[in-house]
Amino acid sequence: MTAYEPVIGLEVHAELETASKMFCACEVVDSTSARPNTAICPVCLGMPGVLPVVNRQAVEYGLMVGLALHCEIPAFNQFARKSYFYPDLPKGYQISQYEYPLAVNGWLEIDLPDGASRQIRIRRAHLEEDTGKLTHVDGHSLVDLNRAGVPLLEIVSEADIHSAEEAEAYARKLRAILQYLGVNSGDMSKGVLRFEANVSVRPVGSDELRTRTEIKNLNSIRSLARGVAYEIERQTAVWESGGAVQQATMGWDETRQVTVVQRVKESADDYRYFPEPDLPVLEISPEWVETVRAQLPELPDAKRDRYMNALGLTRYDASVLVAERAVAEYFEAALAAGGDPKQLANYITGDVFRQMNLEGREREEIGSLRLTPQALAQLVTLVQQGTINHGIAKRLLETLYAEGGDPAALVEQQGLAQVTDESVLAGAISAVLDENPDEVARYLAGEDKLIKFLMGKVMKALRGKGDAQIVQRLLADQLEARRV
Amino acid sequence: MTIDRQTVEHIAELAKLELTEDEIELFAGQLSAILEYVERLQTVDTDAIAPTASVLPLRNVLRPDEARPSLPRDEALANAADQAEGQFRVEAVLEDV
Repeated sequence: MTAYEPVIGLEVHAELETASKMFCACEVVDSTSARPNTAICPVCLGMPGVLPVVNRQAVEYGLMVGLALHCEIPAFNQFARKSYFYPDLPKGYQISQYEYPLAVNGWLEIDLPDGASRQIRIRRAHLEEDTGKLTHVDGHSLVDLNRAGVPLLEIVSEADIHSAEEAEAYARKLRAILQYLGVNSGDMSKGVLRFEANVSVRPVGSDELRTRTEIKNLNSIRSLARGVAYEIERQTAVWESGGAVQQATMGWDETRQVTVVQRVKESADDYRYFPEPDLPVLEISPEWVETVRAQLPELPDAKRDRYMNALGLTRYDASVLVAERAVAEYFEAALAAGGDPKQLANYITGDVFRQMNLEGREREEIGSLRLTPQALAQLVTLVQQGTINHGIAKRLLETLYAEGGDPAALVEQQGLAQVTDESVLAGAISAVLDENPDEVARYLAGEDKLIKFLMGKVMKALRGKGDAQIVQRLLADQLEARRV
Repeated sequence: MTIDRQTVEHIAELAKLELTEDEIELFAGQLSAILEYVERLQTVDTDAIAPTASVLPLRNVLRPDEARPSLPRDEALANAADQAEGQFRVEAVLEDV
């Protein structure tokens, strides 16, 4: 049977977090919570006689994204009218860019779960305006135009993506870059970042492009991965059964976890693009590009490399830490408070994430934990200085996670400091050996692994606070001493 | 190129204009005349002229990113054919574009 491989391209719409809209001075408000139609004016209402004026900050945010994605920035930029009649844009057209977009020919490096990385080419990124929101009730639609005219950057990849995992990795990396740049919160639940996937499949090894479908309504990165995986399977099954995939717009049904046909495309859409007569052309000089480039913050890939080279972290730990801007900031705050980088990385990617998973918290919420980065740094330092051992540190971390507080003070109050006094430790050990004569005898008869059992008993007797290394040494000594 | 009645009716529908029979006739004639004029323009030899998107001697007209007060909602909705819950109310449009 023929094996099939998917060919996937992603289109991303990212609202740019400016204070005002793309072409008018209306405030950009949270369209999921603001009172409807309170941030609209004659320009975004499409009243006759108004003129749009481009928001400089939106252009610069777009340039930042273009540069972060290694794009070329053409000097000549032009806005275009994309005609369509739908009540979410009252003008009857959307101001977008067509032949002359802001940024072209870039690439994005994705990190795959197996540790490999790949470059996905970016075809273009262009500026446009977002549309309003429709709510359908009782045979009518209600129109809220607060979102109409909000600056939007459309980022289009080449069809370089060949699995649902790669699509997910692309989405995660792009989202991280937008967050690092501070141009988009990445909050997909509020719709400020939206992904659409174009998916087709073809026999492995062929370079033909078969009929594709477009998947919409992907409200999270998980939905994106599942929607793409589902669509790959569905299309493969269609071809395998001798059928043909039909060109269509599919919607991802989150409840049923399937894609459903929203609209069958019989002819290409005719948007009748033409140059926007109300806006003069936009020239982006090399000087302007360099000014913006100089403002770029350290981006995820550069940060990952620095963590590896300067801090000695593994590629895996470094990648996990930089994947979310909030996590990288947390890590760096802990680092600034004096924690050891490797230990901090271990605790964050281990115990801290585990606690957050138990609570169902997203990693980007790390900044709001009761366990502050400073407390984590102190905890790590207490272990390194030998004040507490690892086991106690793990328990203390759970307390700090749940209640917050100061690690050193808690160690003091609860008497958690490591016991290193050899006479105390030796006393505990001989008591345990006296209480467990059978195990001692079996150990001495050659059952080496019983030392772990005895070690556990001793640590329990010391309420977890014994210095593990000293206990291990003294225990071995005492056992040998009993070998008569 | 001539614009027939049907095309005028279609354009009127898209523009949400109600036209009388007489107006349809009138505009069909006027729109045809305009398009015929544009057709004449298309016969001019422009090979030696660089394409342009705009005849205005302007570029990079930009504004700072500062929000200013929007319209009071009542005013913004004043011309709406129908409204409900502070929103424009239109006939159901379920098909995604």
